[in-house]
Amino acid sequence: MPSTILDMRAITKTFPGVKALQDVSLEVKRGQVHAICGENGAGKSTLMKVLSGVYTAGTFDGEIWFEDKLCQFKDIKSSEAAGIVIIHQELALSPFLSIAENIFLGNELAKNGFVDWNKTNLEAAKLLARVGLNDHPGTKVSELGVGKQQLVEIAKALSKQVKLLILDEPTAALNDNDSENLLNLIKHLQGQGITSIMISHKLNEIKAVADKVTIIRDGQTIETLDMHADDISEERIIKGMVGRDLNSRYPDHTPTIGEELLRIEDWTVHHPVDQSRQVVKSANLKVNAGEIVGIAGLMGAGRTELAMSVFGRTYGTNISGTVYKNGVPIETKTVAAAIKHGIAYATEDRKHYGLNLLDNIRRNISGAALEKLARWGWVDKNREHVVAEGFRKSMNIKAPGVGSITGKLSGGNQQKVVLSKWMFANPDVLILDEPTRGIDVGAKYEIYSIINQLADQGKGIIVISSELPELLGICDRIYTLAEGRITADVPRAQATAEYLMRFMTQAKEQDI
Amino acid sequence: MTAVNSALQYLTGQLRQVGLFIALIVIIIFFQITTNGITLAPINVSNLIVQNSYILILAVGMVMVIIAGHIDLSVGSVVAFVGAMAGVMITQWHMPWWLAIIACLVLGALVGAWQGFWIAYFGIPSFIVTLAGMLTFRGLAQIALQNQQISPFPDEFRALGSGFLPDLGGGTSFLEPLTIILGVLAALAFVIAGIKQRANLKKYNLADEPTAWFIAKLVFTSALILLIAYLLASYRGTPIVLLVMGVLMVGYSAIMANSIWGRHIYAVGGNAHAAELSGVNTKRVTFTLFINMGVLAALAGLVFTAQLNLANPKAGEGFELDAIAAVFIGGAAVTGGVGTVIGAIIGGLIIGILNNGMSIMGVGTEFQQLIKGLVLLAAVAFDVFNKRRAKATLK
Repeated sequence: MPSTILDMRAITKTFPGVKALQDVSLEVKRGQVHAICGENGAGKSTLMKVLSGVYTAGTFDGEIWFEDKLCQFKDIKSSEAAGIVIIHQELALSPFLSIAENIFLGNELAKNGFVDWNKTNLEAAKLLARVGLNDHPGTKVSELGVGKQQLVEIAKALSKQVKLLILDEPTAALNDNDSENLLNLIKHLQGQGITSIMISHKLNEIKAVADKVTIIRDGQTIETLDMHADDISEERIIKGMVGRDLNSRYPDHTPTIGEELLRIEDWTVHHPVDQSRQVVKSANLKVNAGEIVGIAGLMGAGRTELAMSVFGRTYGTNISGTVYKNGVPIETKTVAAAIKHGIAYATEDRKHYGLNLLDNIRRNISGAALEKLARWGWVDKNREHVVAEGFRKSMNIKAPGVGSITGKLSGGNQQKVVLSKWMFANPDVLILDEPTRGIDVGAKYEIYSIINQLADQGKGIIVISSELPELLGICDRIYTLAEGRITADVPRAQATAEYLMRFMTQAKEQDI
Repeated sequence: MTAVNSALQYLTGQLRQVGLFIALIVIIIFFQITTNGITLAPINVSNLIVQNSYILILAVGMVMVIIAGHIDLSVGSVVAFVGAMAGVMITQWHMPWWLAIIACLVLGALVGAWQGFWIAYFGIPSFIVTLAGMLTFRGLAQIALQNQQISPFPDEFRALGSGFLPDLGGGTSFLEPLTIILGVLAALAFVIAGIKQRANLKKYNLADEPTAWFIAKLVFTSALILLIAYLLASYRGTPIVLLVMGVLMVGYSAIMANSIWGRHIYAVGGNAHAAELSGVNTKRVTFTLFINMGVLAALAGLVFTAQLNLANPKAGEGFELDAIAAVFIGGAAVTGGVGTVIGAIIGGLIIGILNNGMSIMGVGTEFQQLIKGLVLLAAVAFDVFNKRRAKATLK
């Protein structure tokens, strides 16, 4: 039996009016991968902030024992000195500095106050080798994809002699390949004696790498399961997270499919900077009334690019092809034009592209269709209130009122605000890009139900998702996209994860 | 418990606005005592309004620019340029005064369009474009005036800056009747609008303001309006420029709160990407915003020139800084998306009263600068502190 490296005992953290953590205990064994899961707002991040010294010792109750010593961390620096490093979901790299500079940022290898570049690059190269990244240490971080940036973060942690690595949703922004890579790396580091705590929503990953999983709900530890001892199913974990059995993760739905609503023909898009590169290549796709169509593709396949280029040409240059709405060719050169033609696009990145986080729910919901509430350019605030309040109730947005600032809502509730915004605009075709990214299981189910309702109203829905089970669970038909090309059009009955994956990774054809 | 809590929470939410107002009053009382009552003497109140009018006009435009996440450093130079052109038009080209005013406002719009074009459609940061504008329009002002001053201006033109509405009492009454009438009407309008709005909110079951607070606010504000009317009436009546400012204040507050354009300005400042993906023509919003700023800067230039009765190539130096300070004291955020017209006006008044009070007390300009700087810092620090505390309560 491995020894205990970390023992958090009876942690209670209160904010004025709210008990964020109540009597939470967490014991992590040396050399294990320990997963923490729970719904959004359950207190996972708060617990990790307590552990990493973001919340100074004394602002919470309870004890932290690390390597058999009682620790009182003043700040992140002191927890790092002890060997605890946290990698946040939003990566904290400086884009215009090199990999090596980022790794040693704040810990510069210096002689007499001047950076020793040879040593810096040499050490960085050694660390990169350990995480399996072959890029040159002098490469700017902005030139790397998210997956590689994640590796740089881990290399940075290694440079700090990490003993306990905390990863907050490490694969949330990664595609399947990069995710697998990262999970392998975590296993690999485990072999070198590094203990990891991984916060994740993705149960298959937890199953794949975790030795133990602790479930947190409403600020309390519910249970810690040994992934080896018991045969723990995903359903078992979900049950612990939501405190109830989810009979199914996807609501039942029988589609009534009608006429063709939207058809895209021969759609080609070039990269905005590297204009010789085709990001989307002669794509053809269509969606019918009442149909939920999925687009499956690995990161970089051109899914978001395809959607955004159709939606007001908000991505790409040299766009060619035709969009038909109800069989009639239409122009969608601006967002306003696309909206007017009944197309809506809900972004994968709601914080940066979907919401005004400084503003309240009411004004975010009305944002895409203010004209509907206005006469002569003046908005009828009372009607707006009624509309927003209606969505708050029907969509079950958990907030005190529609005056609440959206930046303070949880991910799932923010996503509901984004959906409400587009539902109020009342489009015929709704393109949803990663509609359930970063939101918890309960809220996901609600979002799926909403998608089904919209389809039942005769709208055409296009769902872009990185999670194949999700597409398989809710779509009537799935397109696979590989390197900008549509490689298959698969009806629900035929679709399995393996079958789709084959087309998503289809061998490269020669580029034209 | 919950009722008390929600009331407290409500007040905390209002703390910034209320705090600003209280700060203004505390400053007024402070100077009222230290200047032995000169601060609130009728003639001084009248002067305060007249002499700060152009900064307040600039602050109204500036707060909108800052809400959208931009900045305009050129307004001081635009004031000089428009003032210069007004001088040239009236005294050299012999244009009628009213035509010159219209032409100058159009000129302001063109100046704004020029800068807005580079910012909105060319994507050059507003800081750079308007820094260039600050130099360009100062230069143009000097060229237009050939480095001379132009004076005097016709009386009709001067009235825009320093004139008063006609005295219905024939100059003999103890209180000027028209000003009292206007004051009563304004207070009435304020009360009626407030009650109507609340009734509307009640109808939709949305009223979240505690009743006692609502009544206190109405009573206090209308008393304040009547007090100002009384003070003005016991001097020379209503300054014309106060009327202009009143219209701007009410008009732009409504625009920012309720018009599609105003809402788009907040949306662009809060998250430009999200606004664009919601179908907002962000470039056009930015472009029109700078045209608007140009027109308001031109108006400020006209008022300033009319008040001094002088077109001067050095006019308006540092006005941009006063206007920007007013906006930030008034609670706007540097990152955009947050701010109000009323806040900017109160911020401008705080600066104006500090200037005025310290001058009466005989404080040297060097100390005036020092104190104004500290007030600006304190106001923003208070903001940041407040936000942090709000975050702590919410998490």
